[in-house]
Order: sequence, then C-alpha cells, then structure tokens
Amino acid sequence: MRSVVVVGASLAGLSAAQALRSRGFDGKVTIVGDELHMPYQRPPLSKRFLTGEAERGRLDLPMRRPEDFDWQLGTCAQRLDLERHEVETSGRLRLPFDGLIVATGARAKELPGGAQLDGVFTLRTIDDAIAIRRRVVGGARNVVIVGAGFIGCEVAASLRELGCEVTLIDLDRFPMQRVLGEELGAVCLEVHRAHGARLIMGVGFAGFMGASSVQGVHLSDGRTIEAEMVILGVGVTPNVEWLEGSGMALNDGVVCDESCAAIGVNGVVAAGDVARWQHPRFGSMRVEHWDNAIAQGRAAADTLLVGREEAQAFGMIPCFWSDQYDCKLQLIGAARPSDTLRVVEGNVHSRRFVAVFLRQERVVAAFLFNSMHRIVEYKKIVDNGELPFESKSA
Amino acid sequence: MKIVVDFDACMSNAQCMIAAPEIFEVRDDGLLYVLQEEPPEDLRAKAEDAARLCPTQAIRIEG
Repeated sequence: MRSVVVVGASLAGLSAAQALRSRGFDGKVTIVGDELHMPYQRPPLSKRFLTGEAERGRLDLPMRRPEDFDWQLGTCAQRLDLERHEVETSGRLRLPFDGLIVATGARAKELPGGAQLDGVFTLRTIDDAIAIRRRVVGGARNVVIVGAGFIGCEVAASLRELGCEVTLIDLDRFPMQRVLGEELGAVCLEVHRAHGARLIMGVGFAGFMGASSVQGVHLSDGRTIEAEMVILGVGVTPNVEWLEGSGMALNDGVVCDESCAAIGVNGVVAAGDVARWQHPRFGSMRVEHWDNAIAQGRAAADTLLVGREEAQAFGMIPCFWSDQYDCKLQLIGAARPSDTLRVVEGNVHSRRFVAVFLRQERVVAAFLFNSMHRIVEYKKIVDNGELPFESKSA
Repeated sequence: MKIVVDFDACMSNAQCMIAAPEIFEVRDDGLLYVLQEEPPEDLRAKAEDAARLCPTQAIRIEG
C-alpha cells in the first residue's frame, strides 16, 4: 500500500491519519475535508465556545506535524470509483488511492421550511456556532430549541447562561429520553426548569412562523411559540450519499465488520460518526462520541494496514459526557429503554448519584450525575458487566 | 516528562483519569488533581493518551 486517502478532516479522520504515521506508514496520506478549517474540536461548540468562555484559537486540534499530510480542504468528496480506486471531488479532482478511510461524519437534520428562513439554525460546525453566537450577542433573546436531545439541552443551558429566554420542545415526554430513559430524563427536566428554561414536552413541531425571518414555531397541539431564533437539535444524518452506487453496503452509515472494514469491498475502512460497525459486545452500532472518534480512527487505520484477515475487533465501550449548567452527566456503555435502571449511589433528588442499567442481571451501562470522580470504578463495572455490591432498587 | 494542565480550560470531564489514573484524579470536589507532575517514562504512552482524549485539550506534555 503506497497511498491512503482519508475522506473527512475532523476528529476521526485526523486520528486515523495520525495513527497511520505512528504505525510507520510512510506513503502518501491525503486528507479531504469539506470545511475550510483545519480539524477542530466540536464538543465546545454547544458549550463553552457558545457562551464565549473558550476562544476560537483553543478549538484547533493539536497536531505534531501537519506537513505529514496532503490537505484538500474546502473540498467535497462526490463519488467513489472502486474499480479505478479513485475518489472524485468537487473541483474535479481525482484522488487515486490504495487504501481508503471513510470518516465523513454526519450532518444536522433540517426541518421543512427552515432553510429559507433567516434565524433558523442547526449546530454542527464552527460556522454554525459563530452564527448563533453572533445572533445572541446582537440582541436576540427569545429562542426556541426544537429537540431536547443532548445538543438541544446543551444549547439550552448555554443560552440560559447568556440570559436568553429559552423554550425547549420535544415530542418525547422528557429531555434526552431516548438515551437516558424516562426516570433519568425526569431528573434532567427538573434541572432545566430550575435554571429557568421552559420545556414543552410531548408536543411535536408543526411548522415555522414567518415569511423571510423566522418569528416562531407552530406546535402540533395548535399552540404557537414566538421566537427571534429557532435552533434545531433533531438528530443527524450520516454523510454517505457520495458512496451510493460504489458497491459499499450503506444502512444509516457505512456498514462495517467488527474491525471497521467496510462490508463488500476491499481496502476500505470507516471510522467515527459515519461508521456502523459490528461491536463485539453490543452488536451493530453507530456512535457519535468524541472518544469513539479518536479510538475508532486508530482502529480503522490499524485494520487498513494489517488487512482484514489479521485485523482486531474494535470493542471500545462507548462513553460520553455532557455539561449542562453546573451539572456533569456521563454515560458509559450502551443502554436501551427496556433495560432496568437501578440507582446505586446517592439518590436522584440529591443532584449527585450513580445509576446502572441492567439487562439480564448484567450491567450494560452506568450513568454518573455530578459523580465524575467515580468514573474509573464504573468503567470497570461496565467492562465486566458485574455489579460488585448489593444495591437497592431505584 | 512534565505534565502541564491548563486549569482554566479543564472541565473535569475525567477522560484523563480513564486513560492514566496513575497521573490524573478527579476527586469528589469535582476538581482535577495531578498526582505526578513528573511521571516516570513508562507512563508516557498513557499520558499521551490522556492528553489526546481531553475534550478541552487542557493537558500538555513537556519533554
């Protein structure tokens, strides 16, 4: 293998490219990114960058030797030709490769009618975050956030800190319910209410108000909520359109085996938000977290270098955190709504507790609320799947 | 090797403690403590992992 093309210039792509070098690969490595920016951190975009506490310069991902790579930024991969082993990009570039790393990530979903309206935002890129912040600093005060998932909740917390009136709406009854379930979602609901956010739960979005600038939203129960800006946190779509027709298996992401090698083709691996791989313990997964992008980028690079037969399964336990107001949330593992929740330290009213998710008496996930100091312990417990102590039911 | 933490940037997300518990500890006061400011060379790989995993990139390794 003489040359590798990495499509995607964010955390997973950079991690993979750097792993190739640290494993001794000395061929050409080209990194293609559709944004003009060098790789940067996305987690602060909804948190400390939005509130103004973290400056732009702090967001750049550290890189020992950027000159190790051929950068094609502001360049969008448009087609993959696996017969000729070429990536075709905007600007009519044809990038030949022996090995390909797909790390094109995901993009924020839109809602019908929003793209044409001034004042409707999604939050995925640094340009999105700058645009939202500019609007708030410019005086926008009434904000509706559609979608009370993690991004929506983090943005709500950050904008409350900036003094905005925030209304969060979601079809679910509780914020972050799809990941945390109803009981933990209820705790988070109280936290947001205590900080002055307004939550309208169990009600759907029915449309935008306004002709050229957004003036609010219509709800499915007939209500209208006025707003100067509307921020959408309604999930993401993996960026796989450019791979259609290439012969690769696509299904809500690039379908990969346990070692992150793309199914149905040779010499292609995937990592990060775009990769749907077969987790050896949890089955088919697509994970949108920071540490997964780092570790999976390295694993995918390893698989590409050693080949599918020698490759090792990538079985990292998913782990993510969220900062909202003065609260720190951490989930280790993979919980499902059907799992049994058990509080094992503190209680949910104390704003400091640990809960575990049990499936057939095995611990599949742990949720730490303002209990980061317990993280090493609970990571071990989720790794082993065993609860080492007696605990009372929640 | 010297561990330098930018405590203004640190958000106590504890990713460093997962990577290198010998060097980093987030305690129940919610703050990060560096247990070894000059850890031995055999902890270099773990220290580098901790720096890489830090979501606010608050850890620097000198030397």
